Amino acid sequence: MSQTTPSQLKTDNWPLSTDQWETVIGLEIHVQLATKTKIFSGASTAFGAEPNTQACAVDLGLPGVLPVVNEEAINMAIKFGLGIDAEINKVNVFERKNYFYPDLPKGYQTTQLEKPIVGAGHVEITLKDGSTKTVRIHHAHLEEDAGKSLHEDYHGMSGIDLNRAGTPLIEIVTEPDMRNAEEAVAFAKKLHSIVTTLGICDGEMSQGSMRFDVNVSVRPKGQKELGTRTETKNLNSFKFMEAAILKEVERQIDLIEDGGDVIQETRLYNGDTDEARSMRSKEEANDYRYFPCPDLLPVLIEDSRLEKLRAEMPEMPDAKKARFVSDLGLSEVDAEILSGDQATAAFFETAANISGDARLASNWVLGEVSKSLNANSIGISESPVTADMLAGLITRIKDNTITGKVAKQVFEALWKGDGKNADEIIEKQDLRKVTDTDAIESMIDEVLVANAQQVENYRAAPPEKRSKMIGFFVGQAMRASKGKADPGMVNQMLKEKLDA
Amino acid sequence: MYDKSLSEQSRALANGELSSLELTQLYLDRIKKLDGNYNSYITVTEDLALEQAKAADERRATGDASALTGIPLAHKDLFCTEGVKTTCGSKILDNFIAPYESTVTHKLKEAGSVMLGKTNMDEFAMGSSNENSYYGAVKNPWDTQAIPGGSSGGSAACVAARLAAGATGTDTGGSIRQPASHCGITGLKPTYGRVSRYGMIAYASSLDQAGPMTRTAEDAALMLNVMAGFDHRDSTCLDREVPDYTAHLNDSLEGLTIGLPKEYFSTGLDSEVEQRVRDAVAEYEKLGARVKEVSLPNLELSIPSYYVIAPAEASSNLSRFDGARFGYRCENPEDLMDMYKRSRSEGFGEEVKRRILVGTYALSAGYYDAYYKKAQKIRRLIRDDFMNAFEQCDIIMGPNAPTSAFNIGEKSDDPVAMYLSDIYTLSVNLAGLPGMSVPAGMANGRPVGLQMIGRHFDESGLLNAAHRFQQVTDFHKQFPINS
Repeated sequence: MSQTTPSQLKTDNWPLSTDQWETVIGLEIHVQLATKTKIFSGASTAFGAEPNTQACAVDLGLPGVLPVVNEEAINMAIKFGLGIDAEINKVNVFERKNYFYPDLPKGYQTTQLEKPIVGAGHVEITLKDGSTKTVRIHHAHLEEDAGKSLHEDYHGMSGIDLNRAGTPLIEIVTEPDMRNAEEAVAFAKKLHSIVTTLGICDGEMSQGSMRFDVNVSVRPKGQKELGTRTETKNLNSFKFMEAAILKEVERQIDLIEDGGDVIQETRLYNGDTDEARSMRSKEEANDYRYFPCPDLLPVLIEDSRLEKLRAEMPEMPDAKKARFVSDLGLSEVDAEILSGDQATAAFFETAANISGDARLASNWVLGEVSKSLNANSIGISESPVTADMLAGLITRIKDNTITGKVAKQVFEALWKGDGKNADEIIEKQDLRKVTDTDAIESMIDEVLVANAQQVENYRAAPPEKRSKMIGFFVGQAMRASKGKADPGMVNQMLKEKLDA
Repeated sequence: MYDKSLSEQSRALANGELSSLELTQLYLDRIKKLDGNYNSYITVTEDLALEQAKAADERRATGDASALTGIPLAHKDLFCTEGVKTTCGSKILDNFIAPYESTVTHKLKEAGSVMLGKTNMDEFAMGSSNENSYYGAVKNPWDTQAIPGGSSGGSAACVAARLAAGATGTDTGGSIRQPASHCGITGLKPTYGRVSRYGMIAYASSLDQAGPMTRTAEDAALMLNVMAGFDHRDSTCLDREVPDYTAHLNDSLEGLTIGLPKEYFSTGLDSEVEQRVRDAVAEYEKLGARVKEVSLPNLELSIPSYYVIAPAEASSNLSRFDGARFGYRCENPEDLMDMYKRSRSEGFGEEVKRRILVGTYALSAGYYDAYYKKAQKIRRLIRDDFMNAFEQCDIIMGPNAPTSAFNIGEKSDDPVAMYLSDIYTLSVNLAGLPGMSVPAGMANGRPVGLQMIGRHFDESGLLNAAHRFQQVTDFHKQFPINS
């Protein structure tokens, strides 16, 4: 990668305005694989346990112990490769990356360098304006996570928690194909969608299950050579990633326009304070002295294993989206969102299949369900209203048992746990749509009596204004019926009475 | 009884001639009385040994005894032993007690053997003289002026001095065969992958292999029967059936073709050592074997290749000794870097530091291709040389070392001279082959062993040849008069 500093190319019309700069972004993403045990030992990978309770002799790097590869981690990496249409390297090799740090017990990280398990692949992303773009994946390799250093509350000393040490990761490296923060975030979300659909990662970003390193450089538009890049490490939310990119792009442009040079360095971004700082420059970088790990044999992947895993592959988000549009008649935008998350897609499909109405199911999942989940900050898998329950509700809307307005009321009751399904709530709370002419008529009469002045005003008004004024009476009548009256019948009967 | 072989002691235990408790006590008494002269043990586990001996006798009483039940053994101090200190001959592990048991010692324990203690060794198995131990040099029981060889010098010396019935050793570049040769005992380095490395503190992972060090080939067969086999905790251990290594000990050697590599008999080989090897080969001819000259053209390259690969792996393997979680930590570290630097500088000995530096250099950016990669290419050439030779012969024979044991201190200031003396053993590790040393007489008043090299996984062939030789010679029965 050639690296010309834009400042070497200064011209008479310097400085350039912001829209004359082009941003170039490449990502490295660490994805924790959802294996039950670690990549080279039998210790559990569960999150949140007491420090150092989930680290065995192998994870602690005690003398004489040896690593044994977790075959499930290999399978998951292969599935990722298949999911991004990448070549799987049938001979791949673990190497040692040597450096000293207290949370790295062996003094080396076992990773892959020259022969990674996943070769080149690609991911399609959809942008807000509906356009699509391809981001190329350079490769993805398997490696072990390090432990954590805890720098607070140890009387001036540092604590080490090795529970995370040895957790399997795939590190995914993209080509520098993204041109702005929006593309980078769209890519990150798409990747999240791919790994959760594949079931190889729990996608819990706040627990560090996916961590993004962002390589950013800028160059004057039209210039071919890349500018000097910086790497901002360990971003664990889409929001922080976007903010960190915007901040870094601005810093680099300001720096160059002020006559400075971007130096190649590793940076840290603090999402809570929205501050970034330099961590180390290229000169301070370690010589990692990579060499093939002599404790592990090369991983050989047989065709039969590849075929077996291929047969186990779930429908990927892109295929799912296409099917939602073509078979279920959803809009591109709705299909994109619903297919983006495995749990959401499954929820939607269950509700659509049982109720037989994909359009209504889509509206409800993207509407009331999403709204309530967000308000309570929970995931769809924790929704108190299950897909079955939603389907039952939609069925009652479709067969005219309840009005749309009452449906929301039933949903809220289901959310609160007032009943085990829509029918139970409808019965218990007497929410059936009222279609009885006598009942509606008597409600209307009450409304007209109670609002004699408005009736007079209505009748005094010219016909062209009346159609607007009738809404008031419909509203009153619906309220009197607690939303249960058939709105069409109310409208019709009101008109007849008022205009009589 | 202490002067009998392990096999004979095994039969005596089986016949009820004595108990394991008596035999174990006999060895413990000898260790107390004599090991001050040799320094072959770092730790003697007297109480544990007596306890295990009692348990072995009880087990025998129930009729559930194996050939090794009740046999007192010593283990090289790099096999992790649960609850018993494992030092690897280093200050940096002076306080290390492993919470787990190595596969080798576990299997031997399960077979009912008794652990007398942990034997002295060159620090982290780096050395050919056993002078590189934090616990002091080991002395050769035949002549306490002489080195016992290394790195399994403690194991070799204690078997030679009859301070154990047998011992475990490890061989990365000759560390079983060369001390066996210098101490006049029988030592077998199995094929790489034959014995699990789990729980064995690593020096150079792609070369390390554990094996038995005993008085006779039959003894070695009995120990290997227990030590060999697949272990799911070691990815480099092969899932391959373990034969009964005693089954073919007495097979005829009629028609066996012995290859003598001409490079093994060129300049630098002591004439008396050469004579003992040629005498031994002559015995084999009497036993019906044919002799053929073969060639290992890249033999000389085995020294530079080994002394790049082994230190490179070691530089990484030994990174975990950093003072953070176990082992020696320097006093009052100022900060993290200071803790690393001083713990390692103070905890490791000179030879270990030298090899860490060499290995770090060989793996460094810009040097990797010229050193490590090239060394790996040479390694393949050396393996090919052996494969070619084995198309013309069944077993390769030669010396283990250019001379018999040299004096303590003689080469300690000249590491390169020390490295050069490994010329006949290193290539066997680089090729992953099984190798053995059997006593073949004396040269310049000190023992000499005959080295035998077999095809991959042909330990049975080596043991057969060694056993037949020991049926017609008595070098293996001799032991130092003063012990």
